[in-house]
Amino acid sequence: MNTLRVSRMTLALSAALALFGCGQKEEPKAAAPAPAPAAAAPAAPAATAITVKIGHVAPLTGPQAHLGKDNENAARMAIDELNAKGLEIGGAKVTLELVPEDDQADPKQGTIVAQKLVDAKVNGVVGHLNSGTTIPASKIYFDAGIPQISGSATNPKYTQQGFATAFRVMANDVQQGKVLGEYAAKQLAGKSVAIIDDRTAYGQGLADEFEKGAKGAGAAVVTREFTNDKATDFAAILTKIKSTKADVIFYGGMDAQAGPMAKQMKSLGVKAAFLTGDGGCTPEFIKLAGDASEGQYCSLPGVPLDQMPGGKAFNDAFSAKYGQIQLYAPYVYDAVMVMVDAMKRAGSVEAAKYLPEIGKTDYQGVTAKIQFDEKGDLKGGAISLYQVKGGKWEYRETVGGGAPAAPVAAEAPKADGEKKS
Amino acid sequence: MMTFSFDSLRQDKRAAIAATVGIGLVLAVFPFIVGSALGNSWLRILDFALLYIMLALGLNIVVGFAGLLDMGYIAFYAVGAYLYALLASPHFGLHLPVWIIIPCGAVLAGIAGALLGAPTLRLRGDYLAIVTLGFGEIVRIFMNNLNAPVNITNGPQGISSIDPIHLGGVTLAKPLSVLGITVPSLHAYYYLFLALALLIIFVSIRLQDSRIGRAWVAIREDEIAAKACGINTRNIKLLAFTMGASFGGVAGGLFAGFQGFVSPESFNLMESIMILCMVVLGGMGHIPGVILGGVMLTVLPEFFRHSAGPIQQALFGKILLDPEALRMLLFGLALVLVMLYRPAGLWPSTIRRREFSSGTDKEGA
Amino acid sequence: MDIFVQQIINGLVLGSIYALVALGYTMVYGIMGLINFAHGEVVMIGAMVALFFVKAFSGLPVVILLPLALAAAVCVCMAIGFSIERIAYRPLRHAPKLAPLITAIGISIILQHLAMLIWGRNYHAFPPVIPVSAHEIFGATITSLQVFIVLIAAAMMAGLTLLIQRTRLGRAMRATSQNPAIAQLMGVNINQIISATFVIGSALAAVAGLMVSANYSIAHYYMGFMLGLKAFTAAVLGGIGNLAGAMLGGILLGIIESLGAGYIGDLTGGFLGSHYQDIFAFFVLIGVLIFRPSGLIGERVAERA
Repeated sequence: MNTLRVSRMTLALSAALALFGCGQKEEPKAAAPAPAPAAAAPAAPAATAITVKIGHVAPLTGPQAHLGKDNENAARMAIDELNAKGLEIGGAKVTLELVPEDDQADPKQGTIVAQKLVDAKVNGVVGHLNSGTTIPASKIYFDAGIPQISGSATNPKYTQQGFATAFRVMANDVQQGKVLGEYAAKQLAGKSVAIIDDRTAYGQGLADEFEKGAKGAGAAVVTREFTNDKATDFAAILTKIKSTKADVIFYGGMDAQAGPMAKQMKSLGVKAAFLTGDGGCTPEFIKLAGDASEGQYCSLPGVPLDQMPGGKAFNDAFSAKYGQIQLYAPYVYDAVMVMVDAMKRAGSVEAAKYLPEIGKTDYQGVTAKIQFDEKGDLKGGAISLYQVKGGKWEYRETVGGGAPAAPVAAEAPKADGEKKS
Repeated sequence: MMTFSFDSLRQDKRAAIAATVGIGLVLAVFPFIVGSALGNSWLRILDFALLYIMLALGLNIVVGFAGLLDMGYIAFYAVGAYLYALLASPHFGLHLPVWIIIPCGAVLAGIAGALLGAPTLRLRGDYLAIVTLGFGEIVRIFMNNLNAPVNITNGPQGISSIDPIHLGGVTLAKPLSVLGITVPSLHAYYYLFLALALLIIFVSIRLQDSRIGRAWVAIREDEIAAKACGINTRNIKLLAFTMGASFGGVAGGLFAGFQGFVSPESFNLMESIMILCMVVLGGMGHIPGVILGGVMLTVLPEFFRHSAGPIQQALFGKILLDPEALRMLLFGLALVLVMLYRPAGLWPSTIRRREFSSGTDKEGA
Repeated sequence: MDIFVQQIINGLVLGSIYALVALGYTMVYGIMGLINFAHGEVVMIGAMVALFFVKAFSGLPVVILLPLALAAAVCVCMAIGFSIERIAYRPLRHAPKLAPLITAIGISIILQHLAMLIWGRNYHAFPPVIPVSAHEIFGATITSLQVFIVLIAAAMMAGLTLLIQRTRLGRAMRATSQNPAIAQLMGVNINQIISATFVIGSALAAVAGLMVSANYSIAHYYMGFMLGLKAFTAAVLGGIGNLAGAMLGGILLGIIESLGAGYIGDLTGGFLGSHYQDIFAFFVLIGVLIFRPSGLIGERVAERA
């Protein structure tokens, strides 16, 4: 036993010694990559083509893989288009290269792939998809000085951490929830609303903001019910809601639940109008709900694609190449464009040089006119509402700033400043 | 790593010292080799591997030593992580030092372990599995929902901006300067995790060779016989749950400080199952085996992630199969193959052989 | 009152679906004492095959289409069940008790991602080929499809019970379950019996898969996990290894979840809501197991580590 004790103590000691001894030798090597990823980009623009790596992260396996793949396709399309056109930044010919990664919607994996992208010396990152992976990863990008633009992370916390590298091209939950709440109370004449959410960061965040918005506009919230993001049976909570005789049911969550939910509403004879956020605003919703989808509402940040310059072209090109848009593809496409646009204006692909330019973005994207506030959130944040008519989402109206038609332009900017506790 | 050379080195003092120094050197230099040769992402994976070693060793006490099938082990990890998050983040405005939180996390997780153990004492095998699984889900669901009416855990939004681990006024989040040497953040975390992992390995070894450890094994082999031999099976089983859980609590606290963000989705059932896989795949009840299992199941998926795309590219000139799907397929296949060819685990326990042969030697304890 | 009746009906339908899946678990467990964790994924494959069969031949009349789709799903699932047993369980019959658990998890991961490769990552909608009519009972609504699901779950349980109690195969199964070695001495080919058990269990999974995807009109490569977990809980609640127990456990779990979601908020004055419905179910499970450690009507106490 004595031998053992001695050997364990020596282990600790030798470990400590070795740490100092070797730390010195290895220091320059190990320290170099961490603080200066930008060093990878050539400092002086040469005449030869430079390869610029753009990382993209989304869950490609697991229950949200279909959305993740959609995002990745959009990023790939944006990059292919830019490459095909021929890109010149700061006098040098630039080829973009996509570095796609899978984070499985798991925060731990999120940080591992973030580190992998930092190691791969990417010049910028588009993603992640989920707020839960975006937030911990944003710290790693910030520490490495790599700009990050998410096309779908809506949790307000993401941009509130004070990281200069964090941007999003999508309205956050506060902006969207407030608009939806007011819409339910006013336009849908909902005196009593019932709220369901799926207990994910996205669904719960949106539902909370919806509740505030609806209450603020004079509606009574009769009940709040909950499900989860893997559920398929909602009969119990819908039966309860039926007993409260709510006028409007709002669901904060994804299409995979919203579809069957609308269907079960119909078979249970619930007469209320059904309203959901961007997560349910997909063709899948209509497919899954069948004829029960008729007349239901949803919202999407930004302006409908066919009303934006280039929007229809994007839709057609994307559909031809990858099939129907699932959800966030246009936003991710914009995110890539905004990043490259900033590089162009800065005349550099170095993260440190083009990062300030992202903040000054004024870009006409396919989802909206993109400008960022000081936190990195989308300015204005127009929200468009849609209704199912004849088995198709049909555009109703746009609420909030930045819209071409801009009916209620005064509403949105206020939402920006509002902080979530 | 220590126990590998345990048996042969016990006799020879000088060889033991030499081996210890050697292993110590390797472990100390390891992050620098990994960091410069493979990149910082592998260093981060290494840090996670150390966390999983702690978790696997904790679960090993319950499953491997005492033979109690626990499928909700991640709950204790969650308890440790949330305790750290609540006590060292702007959420409640508390910023307690790490040397208070981590022991508190261990104690609280231990209490949670005893709470789980108490009602399940009569249950065996699969019934125990489903109850522990339920317990794990209960903890996760509470963390997911305790944001109303009183906001305790901030619900599904998780807790962000958690303080990085800092020891005596030195934060590990920034590169450290020790005597003019710079130790990058990931390396610093590596040393901290390594130190705690070694501590847990040490405690595990000592527990295994103690009266308690033998009582656990006795319960695993035959509970009724153990009872007949005068072992207080109730207390000993509770102790197994408590000890195992406290290791999880420590790992959880470190995880929270390392990530800076916790949310309930990190603590789902699949994580519990993965840790169970580490224990079984490595070699239940055998500490070096469990360590190997922990390392393998953390590194293997990452290895497939790094290689699934490029290898296809190299072999066929293009990507035939979706690399993400291929990665998971290979991982599933690895689980099946290992079990088929080594049903007792990669590095199974030699404890039985030892019990037969070493009547005179008191196991060096 | 009509709300209460409706909640009971909701629970009954949900519970029948759990029971359908749980029957497969409990059958394999009853004969081999092994939890087939990959069962949920077999259900998923069944659902996917049925759904795509219906999609591909949607021109056929429903009375022909559905049995054909079911037959296709049953065939595929049987083949998968047979292979799973051959590859992952048979070589490990004398291995440490937890080894088959790990291979089962491995097989689940493989099946899931094979399904992802074959059918993609999207959610798939079940084509609306089945005419569904709604009926009123005591002010509550139930659809014809739901009535059918409840009936089929009961019929399956009855059929299986008959199979095990009355047939030659059933007798061989019971013998294998009690003592494989002696059964073998008595001339029972236990390899064949165990294969048959898996094949029958997988056929049940195919039926369950079709019912689930038709009722909720949705299928996805990840759907097996949650369903398997719930069904496993139901099987344990009733007493795993016991067919009637699986049925009872399934329906009880469905009703508990339904009532939990419907009334937990009112009972606790709004303090807890429907987000605690799973907790509610697990607490009931733990409560039952504390007082009856082998489930409601289970007899065997499992000796597993």
